[in-house]
Amino acid sequence: MSTATLDVHEVPTGSRVNYLNAQYGVKSWLLTTDHKRIALLYLFSITLMFFVGGTFAVLMRLHLIEPQGALVQPETYNKLFTMHGVIMVFFFLVPSIPATLGNFLVPMMIGARDLAFPRLNLLSWYIYIIGAIFTLYAVISGGVDTGWTFYTPYSSSFSHTSVIPTALGVFITGFSSILTGLNFVVTIHKMRAPGLTWFRLPLFIWAIYATSIIFILGTPVIAITLFLLGLERLLHIGIFDPAIGGDPILFQHLFWFYSHPAVYIMILPGMGVMSELITCFSRKRIFGYSFVAFSSLSIAVISFLVWGHHMFVTGQSIYAGLTFSVLSFMVAIPSAVKVFNWTATLYKGSISYDAPMLYALGFIGLFTMGGLTGFFLASLATDVHLNGTYFIVAHFHYIMVGGAVMAYLGGIHFWWPKITGRLYPDGWARFAALVIFVGFNLTFFPQFMLGYLGMPRRYAVYPSEFQVLNVMSSAGASILGIGYLIPLIYLTWSMRYGPTAGPNPWGAKGLEWTTPSPPPTENFEEIPVVTEDAYDYAHSTVTRG
Amino acid sequence: MIGLAKFGSTFLSSVIQAPQLRPEAASSIAEGVDHLYFVLTFITLFFTIAIFSTIFFFMVKYRRRAENEVPPDTEENLPLELAWTIIPTLICAGLFLWASSLYFENSRPPSASTEIFVIGKQWMWHIQHPEGVREINELHVPEGVPVKLTMTSEDVIHDFYIPAFRVKKDVVPGRYSSLWFQATKAGTYHLFCAQYCGADHAEMLGWVYVMSPADYETWLASGTPSETMEKTGEKIFNKLGCSSCHQPDGTGRGPSLVGDYGKEEDLKSGEKRLVDEAFIRQAIINPNSVVLKNYPPIMPTFRGQINEEQVLQLIAYVKSLASEERNSNGK
Amino acid sequence: MAVHNAHPPGFAHQFEDMEQQREAGSLGMWVFLLTELMFFGGLFASYIIYRALYLPSFEKGSHLLDVRFGALNTAVLLASSLTMALAIRSAQVGRRRAQVGFLITTMILGAAFLAIKFTFEWHHDYVEHLVPGFGFVINSDWGAAGPHVPMFFCFYFFMTGLHAIHMIIGLGILTALTIMAHRGRFNPQYYSPLEVSGLYWHFVDIVWIFLFPLLYLIGGRYMGAGH
Repeated sequence: MSTATLDVHEVPTGSRVNYLNAQYGVKSWLLTTDHKRIALLYLFSITLMFFVGGTFAVLMRLHLIEPQGALVQPETYNKLFTMHGVIMVFFFLVPSIPATLGNFLVPMMIGARDLAFPRLNLLSWYIYIIGAIFTLYAVISGGVDTGWTFYTPYSSSFSHTSVIPTALGVFITGFSSILTGLNFVVTIHKMRAPGLTWFRLPLFIWAIYATSIIFILGTPVIAITLFLLGLERLLHIGIFDPAIGGDPILFQHLFWFYSHPAVYIMILPGMGVMSELITCFSRKRIFGYSFVAFSSLSIAVISFLVWGHHMFVTGQSIYAGLTFSVLSFMVAIPSAVKVFNWTATLYKGSISYDAPMLYALGFIGLFTMGGLTGFFLASLATDVHLNGTYFIVAHFHYIMVGGAVMAYLGGIHFWWPKITGRLYPDGWARFAALVIFVGFNLTFFPQFMLGYLGMPRRYAVYPSEFQVLNVMSSAGASILGIGYLIPLIYLTWSMRYGPTAGPNPWGAKGLEWTTPSPPPTENFEEIPVVTEDAYDYAHSTVTRG
Repeated sequence: MIGLAKFGSTFLSSVIQAPQLRPEAASSIAEGVDHLYFVLTFITLFFTIAIFSTIFFFMVKYRRRAENEVPPDTEENLPLELAWTIIPTLICAGLFLWASSLYFENSRPPSASTEIFVIGKQWMWHIQHPEGVREINELHVPEGVPVKLTMTSEDVIHDFYIPAFRVKKDVVPGRYSSLWFQATKAGTYHLFCAQYCGADHAEMLGWVYVMSPADYETWLASGTPSETMEKTGEKIFNKLGCSSCHQPDGTGRGPSLVGDYGKEEDLKSGEKRLVDEAFIRQAIINPNSVVLKNYPPIMPTFRGQINEEQVLQLIAYVKSLASEERNSNGK
Repeated sequence: MAVHNAHPPGFAHQFEDMEQQREAGSLGMWVFLLTELMFFGGLFASYIIYRALYLPSFEKGSHLLDVRFGALNTAVLLASSLTMALAIRSAQVGRRRAQVGFLITTMILGAAFLAIKFTFEWHHDYVEHLVPGFGFVINSDWGAAGPHVPMFFCFYFFMTGLHAIHMIIGLGILTALTIMAHRGRFNPQYYSPLEVSGLYWHFVDIVWIFLFPLLYLIGGRYMGAGH
C-alpha cells in the first residue's frame, strides 16, 4: 500500500482506542506482550538509569575542579567512575535505541503486528530489571571500584568492594540483550510485509539487524567472562591471578572480545536513526542506499576483529599490534562512507530545521570528530602515548555522548508523536539541542588536550598544571546536565498537556507513519503490501498531518 | 596532498608551541610521535570542518521554502561513492604504514642500552639500578644514552608512563615487560601510573631526572654505597640453597648456570626456549613448567619466598655468570 | 482480518500463518543455539589456553577422572538424542502414545546422565578432595604436575556444571512437552515445539561430545586403565 491512499483526515483522534488506552491498570502493563508497551517500559527504566549514571558523572566533574579533589575521598571517586561506566554502558547505552525505539518500531516499519516472540520480549525487560536491581544493590551496598573494565587481578583478588553483585547484574542483563537481538533477527527475517524485500527496508532496520548480530555473537562471551571472574573471586582458583598461575591478560582478551563490538552496538542503531532523520527532514531518498546498508553489516563483522587495540601497551607482540591496528583502520571506512552519504543526501534536498534534524546534524559533526580521533588510537605510535589518558575518555565520549546519545534524543523527538500521540514544544526542543551541543563540546574537547598533555584517566587527584582544562570540562558538564534535564521536563509535560498529534506530523515516509498516533495495539488493520522503495519522496508525496 | 598535510602540520605545530597545549618533548622519539600527532590533528580538523561546513552550506542553500515542495529524486553516483571509499582507505593505509614503522622503531631497544629495573606495587615505583642504587618513585637516567627498563609488578597491573618521552608500557604481575627511551634534554619530567590499580592510583606518581652522563655517574657513586644487583643476587643464590643443586661444574642435581643466559635450551616437553629474564623468572617461580631435557622435575618452587626485586637480583647474578666464565677462561 | 477459526490451536496471532510461525520458531532456536555456542566458546577457549600452558597437570587431572562413567554418559546421551528424534518422528506420523513413550524415555536417559554425573562422579570427587574451593588437597604423588591440577578441576566442574544446568533446563522443557504430547497437542500438521526442543537437546548432546574427549581423554588412555 502506498502512502498516497491513506486519507489522513479520516482518522479521528483522542477518543480512539490505541495501544495506550486499550487496557488500563498496572497488570496490563506489567504483563503486556505488546511490543509498544514493552518499549515504554524500557524507556522508563533506561531513563532512570541514565540519570543515575549521570548523577555520578556530575559528582565526578564537581570533584575534579580542584587538583586535590573537591568533593570526595579517592576511594569514593574510584567508585564513582566505575559505577558511572557500568551503568551508562550496560544499562543505558547498550539497550537504549534497540530496546526503546527498536522494540517500538521494528514491527511497525516492516508491517508486522508484533515481534516474533512477544513473551520473550517481556521476559527480556524483566531480565533487564533484575540485572539492574543487582547492580543498584551493589551501588547502595558500598559501591564497586574496579573500573567498568573489571581488570584482573585487581578485581579478582584485591578489591574489597561489591564486585560480585555488580558482575552478576551485568551478567543477567546480558541475557536481556541476547533475547532482544534474537527476537529482532527472527522478526526481520520472517515477518516482513508482502513486497517488502530486503533492499526496500528502512535503513533503521538494517542497522538494528546488524546490531542484533553483535548482540547474539558478542554478549555470551562477556557473560562467560564475568561468570569466570565471579568464580575466581569466590574460589580463588587462579584463572586470572598470576600469583597462582593464571593470566591476567587473558581476562582482557575475553573482556574486550565483547566490549569492543559492544561499542558498535551502541552506535549502529544511532546511525540507523540518522538515516531516517536525514531523509525525512530533507525529503529525499538516501544517497547510496546499498552502501549504507552494507556498511552497517561490515561494521558489525569487522568489529569482532579489532579488540586488541585496547591492549596495545599490555606487552602483546608487535605483530598482534600491527594486525589489530590495520583492522581498526579498516573499521573506520564504512562509518566514513555513511557520513558522506548522509551529507550527500542533503544536496538539493528540501531541508527543515525541526528539533530531530538539529540532533541529527549535531550527531554527524560530533561523530565525525569522535571517529577521526579514533585514528590517533588505531595508530600504534600515538596510541602508546595516549592510551590510559583523558584522550581516550574524550574519544569515546564524543562517539557515545556526542553520537549515540544525540541520536537517541533525535529519535525520541522524531517518533515521540507516534509513540505518545502528543507534540512537544518545538522551541524548547531546539533550545535544548543547542544547550546540549554547547555543553557537550565544552565538557569533552578540553579532555583531548588533557590527554595529549599526559593526564591519565581515572585519577582522583592530579598535578595542578592540569587544572584550567579540568575546570573548563566541569563547567561544560554542568551545562550539559541542565541540557539533559530540559527534554525530561518538556517531554514529560507533553504526555499530559501537549497538543495531540496527527498520524504524520513530519510528512515522513515509512509504514509506521501510515498508522494513527498512537497506533492501535495490532498496529495495522490490514497488513500493508509494499510496492515502493524506502524514502521514495520524489514519487509520491506525503503531507504533514 | 602530502605536502599540504606537512605544511598544515608544521603550521599547527608552530601554533601549538605554547606549553599548555603540547607536552615537553624530551626523548629521541618524541618529535616523530608529535609529527604524526599533528598530521592526525590536521586530518581530524580538516574533515570535521569540511563536513560541518558542507552540511551548514547545504542546510542554508536547500532550506525548505514551501511546505509542499518536493525536491528532485536522489541520483546515483557510483564514481563518487567509490571515490570517497577508496580515498579514505588510501589515507588510512598511509597513516597505518607511517604509525607502524614509527612503532617498530620505538619498540626495539638498541642493543647497547643501559638497563634499569622497575617494580610497580600498590602504590609506588621501586627502581633498581644494576650498580645497586635503589630509588622510590624517582628515576635518574643519563642523557643521550638508550635506557631499557625491565619491569614487573608485585600485585596488580600498573602502567609506567613518561609523557615527555612518549613512552608507556603496562607493568604486569607474573611477567616482565620492557620499554626503552633515549632522553634528549636534561630536566625533570612527570612519571605516572596509567593503569587503574586501586585506591591510590592517582598518587602513584614520580619524577624522572635526566642528567648529563657525567652527572649521572657522580649521582650513582654518591650516597650510601650499595652492592650491585649481581652481588646481592649471589648472596640470595647461596642463602636459598640454589648453589647446592646448580654447581658451576654441572656435578649437582641441577644444570650448571654458567654461560646459560642467552642460550637456547631443550625442554623436557620437547620445545626449545631462549634463556632470558622471563625464562629465569619462570624457572624460579614455576620450575616444573621449564624442566630441561635430561633433568628430573625436582626443583622446588620459590613462589612466596622471594619478592620480585630479589628475583631480578638473582637474574642479574645468573646473567653475570656468563661473562665471569669468559673472563676466567680468558676468552 | 483473517478468520481465526481457520487457524489451528497453538497459533500465535503476531504471525500471518502457521508456516510463518513454524519458520520463525525454527530460526529462533538456531539463533539461540548460536548464542549458546558463543557462551560455551569463551569457556572452551580459556580451557584450551590453560591446557597448553599446563599440559602435565591437565593430563594428571584427566587421569583422575573415571573414563568409564564418562563413556557411559556419552552413550546415554547419544541414546537420548535418538529417542528424541524418534519422538519427533512419532508426531510426524501421528502416533500419540509413541510420542509420549519416547519423550519419557529421553527424560529417563537425561536423568540417568545427571544421576551418574552427580552421584558417581561429582560426589566421588568431593569425597576424594578434588573439588577446588571445597577442601581440595594436592596429592604429593602428583609430583611436579601438582600445583596446577586444581586448575584442571576448575574447568572440569565449570564446563560439566554449565552443561548439567543446560541438561536440567532441557528436562524441564521435556516435562512440558510430555504433558502437551499426552494431551494430544501434536499431530502431523503441528509439532514444531517438539522439533525446536529437539534441536536444543541435540545441541546439549553435541556439547557433551566435545567435553568428553577434552576432559576425559587427555594424554591417551585405555578403558579402565586406572589412575
